[in-house]
Amino acid sequence: MQYHAQIYVTLRPSVLDPAGTAVESGLGQLGYAGISGVRIGKYIELNLEANDEADAKGKVDKMCDQLLTNPVIENYRFDLTPVAVTA
Amino acid sequence: MKFGVIVFPGSNCDRDMAMVTEGIFGQPTRMVWHQETDIADLDVIAVPGGFSYGDYLRCGAIAQFSPVMQSVIEHAKQGKYVLGVCNGFQVLTEVGLLPGALVRNRDLHFICDRVPLKVENNSSAWTRGYQKDQVITIPIAHGEGRYHADEATLKGIEDNGQVLFRYCDRQGQVTTAANPNGSLNNIAGIMNEQGNVLGMMPHPERAADTGLGLVDGKGVFEGLLNLVA
Repeated sequence: MQYHAQIYVTLRPSVLDPAGTAVESGLGQLGYAGISGVRIGKYIELNLEANDEADAKGKVDKMCDQLLTNPVIENYRFDLTPVAVTA
Repeated sequence: MKFGVIVFPGSNCDRDMAMVTEGIFGQPTRMVWHQETDIADLDVIAVPGGFSYGDYLRCGAIAQFSPVMQSVIEHAKQGKYVLGVCNGFQVLTEVGLLPGALVRNRDLHFICDRVPLKVENNSSAWTRGYQKDQVITIPIAHGEGRYHADEATLKGIEDNGQVLFRYCDRQGQVTTAANPNGSLNNIAGIMNEQGNVLGMMPHPERAADTGLGLVDGKGVFEGLLNLVA
């Protein structure tokens, strides 16, 4: 089976995000009132071969832990969707 | 001591490092390409500054899996010396040889400057060339040098005396105003628990040649080579 993974990488809440703060103040200057908590993360997508959804989940978790994120500063979550393979 | 300077695609302080270890201190030095794995002949590994693998994904993230880094981990486990400067410090945290991480500077700017540092602890091999609490001036040049670690890790490295250099003002006061990048506890350089691995954002190799007018970085190499009187 082929799966499509959409991975969202976010800074841990304890890590200061100065870029987010700068964007938040930019939104304020544009006149958007009541904006708060702007945090900037990363979005990664990839396709992978796996036996089933549990296998795919395990593989993406491993990739995230090993390379795609740094657990010291980042959290992640992801969505998996099966990719229809035309015969 | 025989030095090896790791060269990744995108390293740009490798020759500066070799210029100091070989040119100034007369130590045999060879450049080690990132695909090499046999570094058994080397006593000290220097992981230099630059933008290894373009700093894609995160600074140092790709470099941690290069063939040579697996050998560097082994080298460190044997208790041999590893020095990571700037991007090299980032690589050493990514690979897990040093705790914590280096993230985007507080004010989002790339900072290229000469900054005062306070030598926190001069009982390590890396800092025995300095006096405790000595204020030295070393160049920094980075966009992602803000040291971050969780509370427990931070407490651990502080309690163990692993913090070797802190950003300070000219008088040696460790203040928020004197912190160029927002590093936790003004941390500029740390060593591992065993003391054989040092990571620092400031560039001692850029402050070791009398011709350049700034020699405060020499102490790191003098300490390591035990040239201290």
